[in-house]
Amino acid sequence: MQRYSVFAIAREAVRYHMGWERAWASPQPKASYDAIIVGAGGHGLATAYYLGKNFGITNVAVIEKGWLGGGNTGRNTTIIRSNYLQDPSAAIYEKARSLYETLSQELNYNVMFSPRGLLMLGQTHHEVRGYLRTVHANTLQGVQTEWISPQRVKELVPIINIDGPRYPILGALYQARGGTARHDAVAWGYARACSAMGMHIIQNCEVKGVRSENGQVTGIDTTRGFIGCKKLGMVVAGHSGQLAEMAGFRLPIEAVALQALVSEPIKPCMDVVVMANTVHGYMSQSDKGEMVIGGGTDGFNNYTQRGSFHHIEETLRALVETFPMISRLKMLRQWGGIVDMTGDRSPLISKTPLGNCFINCGWGTGGFKAIPGSGWAMAELMAKGEPGPLAEDFSMWRFKDGQFIDESVAAGVAH
Amino acid sequence: MSTRLAKGGRLIDRTAAMDFHFNGKVMRGFAGDTLAAALLANDQMLMGRSFKYHRPRGVVGSGPEEPNALVNLGRGARLEPNQRATTTELFDGLEATSQNHWPSLEFDVGVVNNYAARFMPAGFYYKTFIHPRPFWKHVFEPVIRRAAGLGKAPTEGDADRYEQAYAFCDVLVVGGGVAGLLAAKAAADAGQRVILLEQTATLGGRTPVDEADIDGTPVDTWIAAIESDLRARDNVTIRTRTCGFGVYDHGYVLADERVADHTPGDGRPKHRLWRIRTAKIVTATGAIERPLSFAGNDIPGVMLASAVRDYVVNHAVSPGDRTVIATNNDSAYQTALALKAAGLEVPAILDARDTATGALPEAARAAGIRVLTGRGIAKVKGGKRVTGVAVCTQAGEGAVLEEITCEAVAMSGGWSPVVHLFSHCGGKVKWDDNLSAFIPDASRPPVNHDGSPMVSVVGAAAGCLSLANILAGLRDVSGKTAIRLPDVCQTPDGSVSIPPVWVMPQGAPIQLRSKMWLDYQNDVKVSDVQLASREGYQSVEHTKRYTTLGMATDQGKLSNINGLAVLADSLNEPIPQVGTTTFRPPYTPVTIGALAGESRGEIFQPLRRTPMHEWHEKSGAYFEPVGLWHRPYCFPRAGETHEQAVHREVLNTREKLGLLDASTLGKIIVKGPDAGRFLDMLYTGVMSTLPIGKCRYGLMCNEQGFLSDDGVVARLDEETFLCHTTSGGADRIHAWMEDWLQCEWWDWKVYTANVTEQYAQIAVVGPNARKLLETLGGMDVSKETLPFMQSADGTLGGFPARVYRISFSGELSYEIAVPASQGAAFWEACHKAGASLGAMPYGTEALHVMRAEKGFIMIGDETDGTVIPQDLNLDWAISKKKADYLGKRGQARTFLASPDRWKLVGFDTLDGSAIPDGAYIVADGTNGNGQRNVQGRVTSTYHSPTLKRGIAMGLLKHGPQRMGEVVEFNTIQGETVKARVRDTVFFDKDGEKQNV
Repeated sequence: MQRYSVFAIAREAVRYHMGWERAWASPQPKASYDAIIVGAGGHGLATAYYLGKNFGITNVAVIEKGWLGGGNTGRNTTIIRSNYLQDPSAAIYEKARSLYETLSQELNYNVMFSPRGLLMLGQTHHEVRGYLRTVHANTLQGVQTEWISPQRVKELVPIINIDGPRYPILGALYQARGGTARHDAVAWGYARACSAMGMHIIQNCEVKGVRSENGQVTGIDTTRGFIGCKKLGMVVAGHSGQLAEMAGFRLPIEAVALQALVSEPIKPCMDVVVMANTVHGYMSQSDKGEMVIGGGTDGFNNYTQRGSFHHIEETLRALVETFPMISRLKMLRQWGGIVDMTGDRSPLISKTPLGNCFINCGWGTGGFKAIPGSGWAMAELMAKGEPGPLAEDFSMWRFKDGQFIDESVAAGVAH
Repeated sequence: MSTRLAKGGRLIDRTAAMDFHFNGKVMRGFAGDTLAAALLANDQMLMGRSFKYHRPRGVVGSGPEEPNALVNLGRGARLEPNQRATTTELFDGLEATSQNHWPSLEFDVGVVNNYAARFMPAGFYYKTFIHPRPFWKHVFEPVIRRAAGLGKAPTEGDADRYEQAYAFCDVLVVGGGVAGLLAAKAAADAGQRVILLEQTATLGGRTPVDEADIDGTPVDTWIAAIESDLRARDNVTIRTRTCGFGVYDHGYVLADERVADHTPGDGRPKHRLWRIRTAKIVTATGAIERPLSFAGNDIPGVMLASAVRDYVVNHAVSPGDRTVIATNNDSAYQTALALKAAGLEVPAILDARDTATGALPEAARAAGIRVLTGRGIAKVKGGKRVTGVAVCTQAGEGAVLEEITCEAVAMSGGWSPVVHLFSHCGGKVKWDDNLSAFIPDASRPPVNHDGSPMVSVVGAAAGCLSLANILAGLRDVSGKTAIRLPDVCQTPDGSVSIPPVWVMPQGAPIQLRSKMWLDYQNDVKVSDVQLASREGYQSVEHTKRYTTLGMATDQGKLSNINGLAVLADSLNEPIPQVGTTTFRPPYTPVTIGALAGESRGEIFQPLRRTPMHEWHEKSGAYFEPVGLWHRPYCFPRAGETHEQAVHREVLNTREKLGLLDASTLGKIIVKGPDAGRFLDMLYTGVMSTLPIGKCRYGLMCNEQGFLSDDGVVARLDEETFLCHTTSGGADRIHAWMEDWLQCEWWDWKVYTANVTEQYAQIAVVGPNARKLLETLGGMDVSKETLPFMQSADGTLGGFPARVYRISFSGELSYEIAVPASQGAAFWEACHKAGASLGAMPYGTEALHVMRAEKGFIMIGDETDGTVIPQDLNLDWAISKKKADYLGKRGQARTFLASPDRWKLVGFDTLDGSAIPDGAYIVADGTNGNGQRNVQGRVTSTYHSPTLKRGIAMGLLKHGPQRMGEVVEFNTIQGETVKARVRDTVFFDKDGEKQNV
């Protein structure tokens, strides 16, 4: 792999950047692999990466229907946080967050992880009690969070309105090491590192069927022919249900549209990420200067990447109320993604009814922040055939037992 | 220099001069100018700086496609960043400043990036700023953030207001050019209700600039005639300054009307958001001219040929005395002719095509203009202003044939039909080789619910680039007035042909390609797209994201197709195979205020007030939001803290008499022959056996078995129940009931009605409660006649009342419902009658403290969506006899039936303090992820004024079996709080106070 550095750029500048290599190869699929990951989004690529890095398994293909990183990895609002309430969630999101801290150096690709701080506003007494509970839980989980006063909120976010009138800000749950990263770069960085380990990333290749014998997957039929595998990992988010159906089992998943938007870029005015769950909206400012805004999910299941516009209006009402200065900015782009939701809004990192087939999905509205941790846990599950401590609570059979990991207590808003 | 011409200008009114400020300098323009036109008229070609390299930039276009001429408009509470000068109508006193530079527009330190541009190609930031790690957050990123961004961030709220409105029609026409006007007329003639939207202030589109006449009538006359015809009709509405920016499912279109942008502060709303539902959409959105990619195509003075024409014809503004034309098609010759007609010089037309033989080229030649075919621009000369061009052969590699001095370059690389609205909701586009452009694919339009086409496209938006083509397609051959609309798309007649010229000259070496701008604002060059392709970012989406092509505020209107063509060329694939990026709303950026509308401040959300709300306000209540309600948290008196007020309210209620406004309590009538059966399924207990006039406490669970709401049910008659829900839960529970009745048990004979707001409800609580009711008089409320958990209808103090003998405080307590209209009067009557009995109002916090003292659970405190009734020792409220109820199966699952669940107990802290809100009960050791083990948590914790110590309830593993044991709660500070496990009833264990 060609190393990236300021020196490499200087060297290339002399020859008008004609010497840069491809970031990832575009190989022909082999007849079979030790492991196939379906889905070259962040989670799929991270799974492949840690299979190679942590377990030395590099005879791996990552199969992608479209272009890598083109699903929710490239459509989210790039927030990274781990201030979750329940132990299993806090563990995996904090693992992810801590991996993000050094990901640029590890991948030799600047993913621009920016621990700029993240606030969740408390705007009702009930919400305040909920966040105090989160702070207490986080203290025991090794997640650094604190409860801060409205005055401190105002210092951190000068553009915020803390006085209401409808929902004055009573304080905030603050995670100083939460923040954002460049979403595309996460997928591209992992893809480049996987390719460097000799893994095959095969784009524009759609899975048409999953073949199995005696309860074991033998390979997949794709638009580029049959590809055999010893192990199969399904990491396809919104389309998990369809892929599972090909393999002959059903998932406790439903798909809904979640929307986001950005404003036109302006000069820096807000360093931290602010989430306002009572009024339902959240906002951060990208390095380009765009205000990045997210809101709620549609109330019905669908696969269109559009969503209902009244959610955009609701979100903007909430944010104009919270940040009155955005009123004269303009909405530049608006888009939707399909999120895969489980009954308890927590993911599946799980074995399946097929012995050598594993699934990672159900990240709902909060998958981007989990990518490194999710890949780490999924790689362990695929390599060992059994979940490690990070994944063991996220089995799909928890719905049968009733052992939910319910985060709706802590996060009323999509995130 | 650019300047105002002595005569002409079809849109300006020379009698109405307007003074405005640009970067503090006073300038003068005319009514009818855009800010861009007025700046040009004042020789202000330099209007901004680019995003990445801070290169000096002048205006390129004349409409919403403009990438360069962005300004901070206004100031203070009327500051609007990134306002396009080309679409900003001039008004007297307008103030604008240019953006993204320091210290000034003319001298910008940031231009250092330009000199370092070679070190900053597409995606360079992914390859560097990696080491040392802390530098990203503390050094690199802050510098990048400051350098990035464009306009100034406003610091104040918005001084203006915004409206939102709904409209309905049969045919919505978007675009008021000739094609749109004809389409509107066709629909209107057919008797349909028509709305026509036009984004600019005037109708007519490009035709008045580009053509002399229509059917022999001068264009402006023709347009005035059709406009007055349409305006005279009842079934036609025309809205100018209104941009239809998004098409959504089922004929839903959003449009932004700029009501008062040009008359700020006149009291009208700044914008009005139109939500339009229409049976049919016709887009007549025209086409946008494309730049040509030649070296130096971003130097101020290089403009779109159509824009040059617009400024000359519409505003009588000359971009410079000498303008060289560079083109690959005939339309730019119109610019040459317009310039010539205005008395300006056109030293040469450089036509990339080998031959140019159409009527327009011939007319140009006849006008004495030098036409050079097979030629292109090797390089534009100049820095902050064009000084000349170097001419080369288009087929070559840029060897300079001659240099021509000039002040402006008018370029045309062809036309891109505006297919955005057609594509927003799923319509597909196809590549037209003849036009070198994407046009709507008539076979794959966006469709309605029944599969019929939702959007039709007419005019240039459909690729019909000549007026003759438009007119012929929209009119019957039989006569000039009969008009017809295409089913989906008007068809190009092939009369206009535009050969592809994606790079000029064709064989340009890298030195030239790295000076050819595709995306002006984001500084993406031909060489950047080629680099992305070389590095494997070959999907069009990868290229776009890696280079930021098309992601600026002009949304790629000028750059997307040129960039795509360069990418296709790099990949050696045909353009349609490489594809196009998705067109998403909005077509042009929309002001956020318009989308938020009037909902801000006090009316940000609907405010629900109880009938007694005004009384509470007058009495100095401190409110808390509960759903959309505002409820008094407490009634602090002068000098009292909230905490002191709560304590006083608790003690007064326990010792004398407290009055609570309980009107927000959910009240749902469930009525019908199957009402009892229905409630038996909804609640964990049995309601069907409840005698008339009796009350029963009930629990509701979701299908998973988790406790979701509680409340008292009263049976009013054989078939009628009144279900009380929590204040926050009323709407949710009503929807829950309807969900089951409509989707699952649709054949059950049950009706429900949410009557929460129909009744005011007052809790009269305390030892003097009965005395108060007796003072009011009218009903027998004695222990014998109205025992605990019974209700009665009657009259109290002259008010029709329903009295429930129920208690959430452990005191003697009545809840009295009266019609909402009489709530305030009844509340005051209670206070008057209670004055001598020590009556005081109390708020929600005193309510919470008193219920906690009695060990009553509160939904949302003891429950959080993961708690089942059994966890709260509420097994007594769960029927063992019933075959089923919602949640029963869920509760039977192994994890929910486990004996190891955390269960509700009370806690006494050893030191008498109150346990911190949210604390967990720690256990020994850590789990597999290194997290401290826990065995429970606090759910309610208060300082009890009655007991003068902290009280708490919480969930503890095996809790009820551990009475007397001391456990430790964690705190945020690190130390722990020790507490002894006890039962949950802290006060009046035997209920002596309640049962009197």
